[in-house]
Amino acid sequence: MNPSVEALRATFGSAIGRALESCGDTIVYVRHDALLAVLAWLRDTPDQRYDYLVDVTAVEYRDRERPLEVVYNLRSLDRRVDLRLKVELDPAGDLTVDSVVPLWRGADWLERETFDMFGITFRGHPDLRRILMWDTYVEGYPLRKDFPLRGRFSRAEQVRQALAANPEAHYSMEELSIAEAYEELPPDMRERLRRGERGKVADSE
Amino acid sequence: MTKRTVELELATPGVDSQGHPTRVPLSAAPQGAALEEPGLAGEHMLINIGPQHPATHGVLRLVVELDGETVVRVIPHLGYLHSGFEKLGEYRHYNQIIPLTDRTDYLSPMANNVGFALAAEKLMGIEITPRCTVLRVIACEMSRIISHMVWLGTTSIDLGAFTPFLWAFQERERIYNLQEMWTGARLTTSVTRVGGMMADIPDGFVEGLRHFTRTFPKTLAEIDRVLTRNAVWIGRTQGVGALTAAEAINHSLSGPMLRASGVPYDVRKDKPYLGYETYDFDVVVGEHGDVYDRYLVRLEECTQANRILEQALDRLPEGPINVADPRLILPPKSRAMNDMEAMIYHFKQVMEGVKAPVGEAYVGIENPKGELGNYLVSDGTAKPVRWRIRPPSFINLSALPKMAEGHLLSDLIAINASVDIVMGEVDR
Repeated sequence: MNPSVEALRATFGSAIGRALESCGDTIVYVRHDALLAVLAWLRDTPDQRYDYLVDVTAVEYRDRERPLEVVYNLRSLDRRVDLRLKVELDPAGDLTVDSVVPLWRGADWLERETFDMFGITFRGHPDLRRILMWDTYVEGYPLRKDFPLRGRFSRAEQVRQALAANPEAHYSMEELSIAEAYEELPPDMRERLRRGERGKVADSE
Repeated sequence: MTKRTVELELATPGVDSQGHPTRVPLSAAPQGAALEEPGLAGEHMLINIGPQHPATHGVLRLVVELDGETVVRVIPHLGYLHSGFEKLGEYRHYNQIIPLTDRTDYLSPMANNVGFALAAEKLMGIEITPRCTVLRVIACEMSRIISHMVWLGTTSIDLGAFTPFLWAFQERERIYNLQEMWTGARLTTSVTRVGGMMADIPDGFVEGLRHFTRTFPKTLAEIDRVLTRNAVWIGRTQGVGALTAAEAINHSLSGPMLRASGVPYDVRKDKPYLGYETYDFDVVVGEHGDVYDRYLVRLEECTQANRILEQALDRLPEGPINVADPRLILPPKSRAMNDMEAMIYHFKQVMEGVKAPVGEAYVGIENPKGELGNYLVSDGTAKPVRWRIRPPSFINLSALPKMAEGHLLSDLIAINASVDIVMGEVDR
């Protein structure tokens, strides 16, 4: 077992949950409200120095009773040690954890992907948008276990939605404002954009 | 009702009625009236590059905000090639996932196969045979060479050099021929199995690869001579898109991108797998972290990969390629057809799959693009609960806005090329 676990317990006490070893990797469970403090401590304490964030992802088990886990793989480049931290979230409750982008810029897209695929909100993320699916995707979160393999909508419905999408749906509001194209859009389109209804088409017929 | 006549101007513009070209005097502007300069200063322009654009190396779409020619902001859009491999993996047996790994980083399919097989073997606690270990090293290093050759060729085309592209693709073709010999496929190799390999190397493979390792350094030397001290190449790459070591670590970069910034981290040296600690090779480290250093690092990594290939060929032991466990490895067809017990094992493996114990395993390997992680979580069934690929080029690409902002638009192409992305892996 990685000695960092004992150091974590000594420093954070009850915020550190159970720790276990699987296939030689140490896994520590952390209470979700202590996550940012624990990660910052692991990164900045001289004899820990977990300075490299390998990966951020999430796991949902087939067993509905088990909580959703957000997984952080950390590494100390100097000491050549890995540590895996997990935060458990109740799937029925609020799926929110603190964003670690303030600590590692590399978490930016990883958290966006976890949000995109699992619907976990990262509090404090500078730009939490979908990344692999498109912004106007409404079917849900593909890697959740309640999401069917072939998607929620039929192929015909998916095609219908794709064809009905508006051209402005390909640009975000931010991009349209850079291009100064926003002012030139028809008023009804602007109104729909303002309400955040990208991808929907006005009833033209 | 009056008839309305419309006079049409039929004359060609710029030509008078006699057919002589009308000449515009050079001082055509009215004297005295000052020309009004269009007020362009401070006006930003939005340019959309991709998703179908040769310089984006796939279906990457970049929305770029420009001030003049200077990049103010880059907003990448991904997902055009999203195939849901991770979701598909949750519905497949471990061996059935291996063909999916080909299609992630399709420029180094064999290394992906190895990465996944290692993770599955760690999860199941399998020790692979010595011959299989060396064959996997050969597979990984062959992949490294072809991936770097594609990178070199496409990047040199992006920056205006056509010749290295032809040389690099010629070398890649030679490796592809060897891959085809071994696996029957040039691109979708699916060469590993959990606990072994799909096939042993055929007759003539070792000689073919030896011939390659002897002749490949000549091409590298030629590429080196054409590019490394080329004034245009240096002008387009040096000081462009530089990241310091601290920034590279903070952005979780890996592979040549991390090492070009001066961080000597190589998974093969620092968390060795497949016995890499017993091979004699150097970790190539850059200094400035710019596009030029990334080029140097990748070029030198080809030489090192060639060295590893030579050593691996020298030590390639005889023996079985698969572990001797009938629950893991399919029996030969002749036995499955004639022997009751072998048939049962065959049936159980095909119908039920290989069950992994409850647990989870993460294995990172040094892929050509960076650290490829395979994270498997098992609940004791034959299909993983979660198969996560840590995609190196996805994470490396996330530093693109940071690297490109403040540079010229033409530098954006060089920087994007230097990341070495492959969209199959970025979007998965």
